[in-house]
Amino acid sequence: MRQTVFIGGLATFLLSASLAQAADPLDAITAAARNDKSFSGFAATRGETLFRTKGTDWSCSSCHTTDPRNPGRHAVTGKTIQPMAPVSNPKRLTDPAKVEKWFKRNCMDVFDRECTAQEKGDVITWLRSLTR
Amino acid sequence: MNTSATSTRISRIGTTVLSLAVMSMSSAACADSAKKPAPTNPVWQEECGSCHIAYPPRFLPAESWQQLMGSLEEHFGTDASVDADTAATIRTFLVQNAKRSKADVKASDAPLRITETRWFVHEHDEISAAKWKSPAIKSAANCGACHREADKGSFRERDIKVP
Repeated sequence: MRQTVFIGGLATFLLSASLAQAADPLDAITAAARNDKSFSGFAATRGETLFRTKGTDWSCSSCHTTDPRNPGRHAVTGKTIQPMAPVSNPKRLTDPAKVEKWFKRNCMDVFDRECTAQEKGDVITWLRSLTR
Repeated sequence: MNTSATSTRISRIGTTVLSLAVMSMSSAACADSAKKPAPTNPVWQEECGSCHIAYPPRFLPAESWQQLMGSLEEHFGTDASVDADTAATIRTFLVQNAKRSKADVKASDAPLRITETRWFVHEHDEISAAKWKSPAIKSAANCGACHREADKGSFRERDIKVP
């Protein structure tokens, strides 16, 4: 009986531990990108180019600067934005819901459309490739 | 112009000035000696405090918040959309803690920009147009440039440092 309780407790602990470790935001984006048969992986260079591409009025760099290892500044309100590159800010790109929310909003702001899975994956790959 | 009309006018002006002075004193007293901490909510803080500080609900009447929460996809030129559950949580918090007024604010009269409200303009009348545009401030939306504790909901005089 005691052993059963112990095993049950251990199982609960392991389950909650695995739930606490959030999924990599790139996983769902990769799965979505694979829906396109021509998908052949993500490229940091394409991500970097997109990050600096001006859309209607802005580019990603308008607020995040051309070097996302540095803090940015909101183009309208002037508020400081913490760096986007995980090398400077390890909390970045860890929460899938947050990543999706901000890509949706900011792609609408910059390009007046949502970004494709390919584009999101390219940008994430570039941001993660940055080192000090 | 007869004297009685003039004196009536002067006394009216006097009353207006006096009531304005009392109003600003009481609002300053309110802000400075508030014993109750400003209401806060983690979802509001997180979602409304990214691009600008999470503006306190007491800065606008409920009707203003209702309109703002109904148009987040077109939020002053940016997309600030959130999912439906998040929006509902934020809307409830804002409306419950909104600026109180004696009469209901008509939808067409509800201010959408805090910076266009009469009290905001009055409180900031000593700041020149050039100062507002200076690189360190950039925008009247950037409360934290001068109100150093704004991100914690405090706008006390003693925390103000104009750059």
